[in-house]
Amino acid sequence: MEAVKADLALDLKGLLCPIPVVKMAQAIKTVPLAGIIEATATDPGVMADIPAWCRTTGHKLLSMERREKVITFVVQRVK
Amino acid sequence: MAVLTAPVRETAGEPTTGTKVSMVVFSGDMDKLNAAFIIATGAAAMGMEVTMFFTFWGLQAIRKPVRNGSSLFGRMLGLFLKDINGVGPSKLNMGGMGRWMFKKMMKAHNAATLPEMRQMAIDLGVRLQACQMSLDVMEIKREDLIDGVEDVVGVAAFLENATQSKTTLFI
Repeated sequence: MEAVKADLALDLKGLLCPIPVVKMAQAIKTVPLAGIIEATATDPGVMADIPAWCRTTGHKLLSMERREKVITFVVQRVK
Repeated sequence: MAVLTAPVRETAGEPTTGTKVSMVVFSGDMDKLNAAFIIATGAAAMGMEVTMFFTFWGLQAIRKPVRNGSSLFGRMLGLFLKDINGVGPSKLNMGGMGRWMFKKMMKAHNAATLPEMRQMAIDLGVRLQACQMSLDVMEIKREDLIDGVEDVVGVAAFLENATQSKTTLFI
């Protein structure tokens, strides 16, 4: 399904709140503007937290899907 | 002389980036400190400007593992005060067993420990402040606090910051 090419693949599996958002905040600074991060996580909390993080920081959530226990989401750096 | 009639409002519709969160951290309980640091790091990760004002029991979270106190009572208190590794949960501590158990469980579930959370907060630029009055009363010296503490202030400095914040918490 991933048609977009990620600039950074981020493995957040096994990490609990608030580490996934913290890691995202740190990682987004390392990709160029319009750059893309594809992350995987296992904490179900990210299903609510990553969209909220994107809404408040202004970065764009391109996709988010959950397969079994693994949640994959793609975020684009906007600013 | 310029007169400020009202605080400058953040632009409406703008995301939280740049908005302020201020926190009074009064509790020295492991669980409540954990909540405080989770909110602080989360807010910082969302681009907010976070200040944590540590007062009374909360000072244990930013205290070095040293003995403090100069008077008899101060030294007695110093024996009971902990550092961030030594604080126990508000319930089920059972003489330190609860602390041990929660640490084990947090490790088992791969949750960040309190010292890790505090370091993360510092790395994310969360401002740590200590209450001057509590330091005086509890006979804790400035040098007994960790280096990450930015300044030692009073209630007016906290309130100035709180009035500029969209979220203010007392923990």
